Amino acid sequence: MTASPRPLIAILDYGIGNLHSAQKGFDHAGADARLTSDPGLIADAVGVVLPGVGAFGPCMSALHSKGLDRVAVERIHAGVPFFGICIGMQVLFTGSEEAPGVSGLGVFEREVGLIPGDVKRPQMQWNIIERRVDGHPMFAGLPDASWAYFVHSYTAADGPDVIATCDYGAHIVAAVARDNVWAAQFHPEKSGTVGLRILANFVETAVSHQAEST
Amino acid sequence: MTVRAIRVIPCLDVDAGRVVKGVNFVDIRDAGDPVELAAIYDAQGADELVFLDITASSDRRDTTVEMARAVAEKVFIPFTIGGGIRTAGDARRLLMAGADKVSVNTAAVKRPELVVEISREFGSQCCVVAIDAKSSSDTESGFEVFTHGGRIRTGLDAVTWAREVVRLGAGEILLTSMDRDGTKNGFDLDLTASVTSAVDVPVIASGGVGSLEHLVEGVTDGGADAVLAASIFHFGQHTVGEAKALMIDRGITVRPIG
Repeated sequence: MTASPRPLIAILDYGIGNLHSAQKGFDHAGADARLTSDPGLIADAVGVVLPGVGAFGPCMSALHSKGLDRVAVERIHAGVPFFGICIGMQVLFTGSEEAPGVSGLGVFEREVGLIPGDVKRPQMQWNIIERRVDGHPMFAGLPDASWAYFVHSYTAADGPDVIATCDYGAHIVAAVARDNVWAAQFHPEKSGTVGLRILANFVETAVSHQAEST
Repeated sequence: MTVRAIRVIPCLDVDAGRVVKGVNFVDIRDAGDPVELAAIYDAQGADELVFLDITASSDRRDTTVEMARAVAEKVFIPFTIGGGIRTAGDARRLLMAGADKVSVNTAAVKRPELVVEISREFGSQCCVVAIDAKSSSDTESGFEVFTHGGRIRTGLDAVTWAREVVRLGAGEILLTSMDRDGTKNGFDLDLTASVTSAVDVPVIASGGVGSLEHLVEGVTDGGADAVLAASIFHFGQHTVGEAKALMIDRGITVRPIG
């Protein structure tokens, strides 16, 4: 097999909503991004992305019906760079107030709840990503006060893996990361040049991970 | 302090996948190309785009799906497509092609369950309900919902209807004053304030913008979460960047350009 000049990034295709934009965003960021639910192709990818729009319950049931819940967890445990976006971030938690009784993937062991306070829900706007830690590769090359596009009514509980927040009534979680898993509440594929840089940072991280592990 | 960043949204009319109604930029190669125009507005600092599909014949609607796909391939900011969406299937095709939100108007008045269907399948965040309203002494709020581009009155109170569509699952309201649309006299601020204070989802003010001051008023007096305009941007009268500079000057938080 000849090496592809563009690194293969698998965008998990669970068939709901606008997943096309994530694929085009990663293509733009230099990857060969494929929307797929084929475990073989996913296994060949240097990085795996769980994009998302919509609600927690329908997303989990769509993932489950295609077997992609197991594939995602298996890839994460194999140490492959993994990026969850928006609802694709939320389903990495154990569950959500949005869908009581529905189990998430449990990669991060806490819950997702309604955005607190007397604010409009959804938060549907650009907001400033406030970094909590320095030097995470997600934000490499970006200025401190970078803006990203958020659309969500629910927010992950705070924890030690939170790398960025945004100010929306309270400081709510904007991004989490642990080991090979990145997750963003905002939509990098809809956040203009800032977002494209974040996608490119993931591709770069995935490529160097592959180089180290072969 | 909570960041509440007001969005500035250029609106483009499209017919059979082409932008119509006199967009007139210097240096533009193809004033009808939605991708090129979207990229220009992105570069100017537009926070989102709205495409209003005015294609008359339904058998040419596939061109709108193709347009969504083409825009999503090149432009990485959110965009909404409205006009002619009658079923959840229509919404699905546009969303799967790359639109972030769909906006429903007449079809939601005829069959409010459409709002439930779209929001349940795709989430409230991508279900915008467009409300075209005119002053009317026959309704309690003084504003009545009209459909078919402002030609047909519904008897619905605009504020009551706004509350109802939010209850059904709308994640955002695109509110257009048909009295002001095309006048360049500014938003109907009474209408805007009546609706923004009645619902807890974001409201986009639309209809009547003729100057940058009008955009400011929509936020300060109308309470809008986003402001939409067409002609002041299309004819090169002002850029989105100029709009944002004035808004920042007036103490309104917006995403800075660049």
